[in-house]
Amino acid sequence: MTNSAPRQPDIRPGRLSEEALGQGFSDLHPALEPHEALVEADRCYFCYDAPCMQACPTAIDIPLFIREIQAHNPKGAAKTILSANILGGMCARVCPTETLCEEVCVRETAEGQPVKIGMLQRFATDVLMEAGTHPFQRAAPTGQRIAVVGAGPAGLSAAHRLAMKGHDVTIFEAREKPGGLNEYGIAAYKATEDFAQREVEFLLKIGGITIETKKALGHDIHLAELRKEYDAVFLGLGLAGVNALGAEGETASGAHDAVAWIADLRQTRDLSELPVGRRVVVIGGGMTAIDAGVQAKALGAEEVTIAYRRGREAMNASAYEQEVAATRGVHLRFNLQPKRILAENGHVMGIELERTVSQDGKLTLTGEIVTIEADQVFKAIGQSFVADGTSEEAASISLEKGRIKVDAARRTSLEGVWAGGDCVVGGEDLTVVAVEDGKIAAEDIHATLMAATKVAAE
Amino acid sequence: MADLSTSFLGISSPNPFWLASAPPTDKEYNVQRAFEAGWGGVVWKTLGEDPPIVNVNGPRYGAIHGPDRRLIGLNNIELITDRALDTNLEEIARVKRNWPDRAMIVSLMVPCEEAPWQKILALVEQTGADGVELNFGCPHGMSERGMGSAVGQVPEYIEMVARWCKEHSKLPVIVKLTPNITDIRYPARAAKKGGADAVSLINTVSSIMSIDLDNFAPTPTIDGKGSHGGYCGPAVKPIALNMVAEIARDPETVGIPMSGIGGITTWRDAAEFIALGCGTVQVCTAAMTYGFKVVKEMASGLSDWMDEKGYASIEDFRGRAAPNVTDWQYLNLNYVTKARIDQDKCISCGRCHIACEDTSHQAITNMVDGVRKFEVIDEECVGCNLCVNVCPVEDCITMERIAAYDPRTKKPIPDEYGNWTAHPNNPMAVEKQQFAPEPATMPDAAE
Ligand SMILES: Cc1cc2nc3c(=O)[nH]c(=O)nc-3n(C[C@H](O)[C@H](O)[C@H](O)COP(=O)(O)OP(=O)(O)OC[C@H]3O[C@@H](n4cnc5c(N)ncnc54)[C@H](O)[C@@H]3O)c2cc1C
Ligand SMILES: Cc1cc2nc3c(=O)[nH]c(=O)nc-3n(C[C@H](O)[C@H](O)[C@H](O)COP(=O)(O)O)c2cc1C
Ligand code: SF4
Ligand code: SF4
Ligand code: SF4
Repeated sequence: MTNSAPRQPDIRPGRLSEEALGQGFSDLHPALEPHEALVEADRCYFCYDAPCMQACPTAIDIPLFIREIQAHNPKGAAKTILSANILGGMCARVCPTETLCEEVCVRETAEGQPVKIGMLQRFATDVLMEAGTHPFQRAAPTGQRIAVVGAGPAGLSAAHRLAMKGHDVTIFEAREKPGGLNEYGIAAYKATEDFAQREVEFLLKIGGITIETKKALGHDIHLAELRKEYDAVFLGLGLAGVNALGAEGETASGAHDAVAWIADLRQTRDLSELPVGRRVVVIGGGMTAIDAGVQAKALGAEEVTIAYRRGREAMNASAYEQEVAATRGVHLRFNLQPKRILAENGHVMGIELERTVSQDGKLTLTGEIVTIEADQVFKAIGQSFVADGTSEEAASISLEKGRIKVDAARRTSLEGVWAGGDCVVGGEDLTVVAVEDGKIAAEDIHATLMAATKVAAE
Repeated sequence: MADLSTSFLGISSPNPFWLASAPPTDKEYNVQRAFEAGWGGVVWKTLGEDPPIVNVNGPRYGAIHGPDRRLIGLNNIELITDRALDTNLEEIARVKRNWPDRAMIVSLMVPCEEAPWQKILALVEQTGADGVELNFGCPHGMSERGMGSAVGQVPEYIEMVARWCKEHSKLPVIVKLTPNITDIRYPARAAKKGGADAVSLINTVSSIMSIDLDNFAPTPTIDGKGSHGGYCGPAVKPIALNMVAEIARDPETVGIPMSGIGGITTWRDAAEFIALGCGTVQVCTAAMTYGFKVVKEMASGLSDWMDEKGYASIEDFRGRAAPNVTDWQYLNLNYVTKARIDQDKCISCGRCHIACEDTSHQAITNMVDGVRKFEVIDEECVGCNLCVNVCPVEDCITMERIAAYDPRTKKPIPDEYGNWTAHPNNPMAVEKQQFAPEPATMPDAAE
């Protein structure tokens, strides 16, 4: 047939029944029932100097909290968890435990079945949060005021700890809602039932924290002013930019940035209204690629392919994440580097990739071209820090590899300014790491301010 | 295939597994099912005088659970049978008729006077039952009325009632002992003096299972109050084994036939009681937890183990462990052991380290050259076995005997046996070391 009509891209909402949608976006791991929690808690050996605890970036006393669950004190367990990690509820849902605490659990060593630490952590924190009380109290007011920029995990963690120490905290957040990627990025099936907002509400019950949303650093507020007006500043800006793809055709409609698309998805109340392509290709090899692929599939995309330029072993997404994708019908393909997005009439029709070989850690192109037809292409090839808002003082705040440089106490090169989370160099781009950064910075801010007031008093 | 049949006081049963006097043996329906499942015999739920007692109408059990709600200990405040005497006797007669090859023992408890015992024994004889067991053990309820453990705690009463029973009945008499006493040998001796043919032990241990912290009352709670009950199940087995061993090696009771009871749950538990000299074993909690089918595992397990060891009959190994129960003072102090950790099996949980470090002898490392590693320091290890018991991995830590030189004491280890009796640190040391008396031996079963 020569005069066939131009192929139409197939992107539309409502591909699945309400029930099927509900299924695809339901809790990845349904919560443990109390009996299940007790049985699982009984499996923990209460290890000495426990390997799991050492593997936890926030050093939660895991054997202790599991023992508290076992002794029918889940609220006490939650308090143990939250005293080390105030976002313990979210971390229980999103941490790649298979590469953190559970990977080194001695029962993993013993029988390949680690204690379900994440699930137990969720059980305990759920019990406490359902009770509606906040387990911590503020210390006597110090009169110190601290500005936190960014209401993501890093900022929230810092703010809570500072408020607990008796300081007054104002959080400035560019977006409409607090939570950072907990609200806008994490896969929907990991944090169901508006958990991100419920957790923020819970956290704010400590008191002493004000959040000002729609206040972007560099636009509505400026670092110089914050430094003048506040006794200390913490930056938890995340990675507000996406690596440019470096391939042609990026501007075609149907080509999306995966993180932005997920943010849209997370903010869509009725998922049957969110359009998705019939055939979707995701480019990337990390958690974002997996999340985009799995959620596109859950929306009803028929064919979803994740194309990664290196081999499986180099993938940032853990083996477990890969398995989640595979069992949900997402096709993983390796050693394919994007070359060109194929577009007709300004719309994506497919993607051209070039096969690669990985040799001695080096990636070489083979010249072989592979074409995958697609209605939608998602780019999930990493995000980068946007020095927006810090740029005006860029001369004084040092960056490294495009991110903010900090010392062990999370101090930036600029006096009175601390930073943590994804925006600093050397982290792992995990929620739990951001929480730990906020905690460390808060402790150091507290120590610094207290030392200063002591000197002033003398 | 090993022969599991037993002859106890001349009462034969196809295997040594009897159901103890308790709810599983309280009526024909249950006992019928028990025999169908393969139990070798039953001790019928304790009969008393009419009118029958009444039980509480609220909860009567409490329990202690291990991981995954595995029942470790059970407690009850049930009394003896609450059914009419006639009904029980009729059913006993019928079951015995239908199952002639199974042992049928009837448990009895009536007031501590001669006439009631004489009367009830005559009735039991008419049923065709093989023997009677005198319940001197129930520690709750009945004891308040001067029966059960109230009798079992006074050796003179035991002797007196046993004597009445032997006088008024031809049936073999088993005296069931209570563990709620400081020295089990006294009631056992009294039973023997009274002419009892055997003892069975243990009955339940007086216990309060837990306190309800919401209403501050013991559990099980009946309208805000609770009463102590009797404890049984896996948790009481060690108590029972010790009491059985005491009777087995007491020169005054050695050789008295024993039916072992207390926490028997698997074939292995049963074999242990038999190894101490018991001719049969009785089970209650295991059946009440899992149903009658558990006897199948007990029978196959015992039979397979006997085959493996080359024991053709129960008598081939019965009582073999009794001579090895001795007094502390005769233990060989020159037997020196050290813990050994199998590094291939070790999962690095650190429990051995912290147990020894915090509470014992600081004899296990947790770091070696900066790496997490658990190794025994022979210079500190006293060979106590604590680490073996706390290690979650079976056979990962073992105790190994060492010879010649003990790096802890920095002294040579004598090759020969040496006990406390002549040890220089013993203020009462005797010049010539004392040895354990020749273990009292059981008369041959055939005699
Ligand atoms: C799709 C996706 C899935 C992920 N899944 C997981 C997962 O399953 N498990 C896991 O552990 N990690 C996951 N991560 C990583 C994790 O979300 C981040 O590591 C974590 O959120 C970092 O926290 P943060 O506070 O540093 O930054 P963010 O969460 O990004 O928060 C930064 C906040 O600062 C605000 N902000 C930015 N610029 C300004 C400005 N100029 N002025 C004011 N406010 C500003 C932002 O709006 C945002 O609210 C995922 C990330 C993505 C993108
Ligand atoms: C509910 C219950 C009722 C019992 N009733 C009697 C009884 O009537 N007569 C008796 O001699 N022992 C009675 N016992 C004690 C048992 O026969 C047995 O001695 C005890 O439970 C220990 O054995 P076990 O650990 O196998 O349960 C009873 C035990 C239980 C649990
Ligand atoms: S390593 Fe595993 S078993 Fe040991 S304390 Fe941690 S969760 Fe418990
Ligand atoms: S045997 Fe006792 S002293 Fe020796 S290592 Fe084990 S716990 Fe420590
Ligand atoms: S208790 Fe056992 S498994 Fe645990 S560290 Fe010690 S030897 Fe290893």
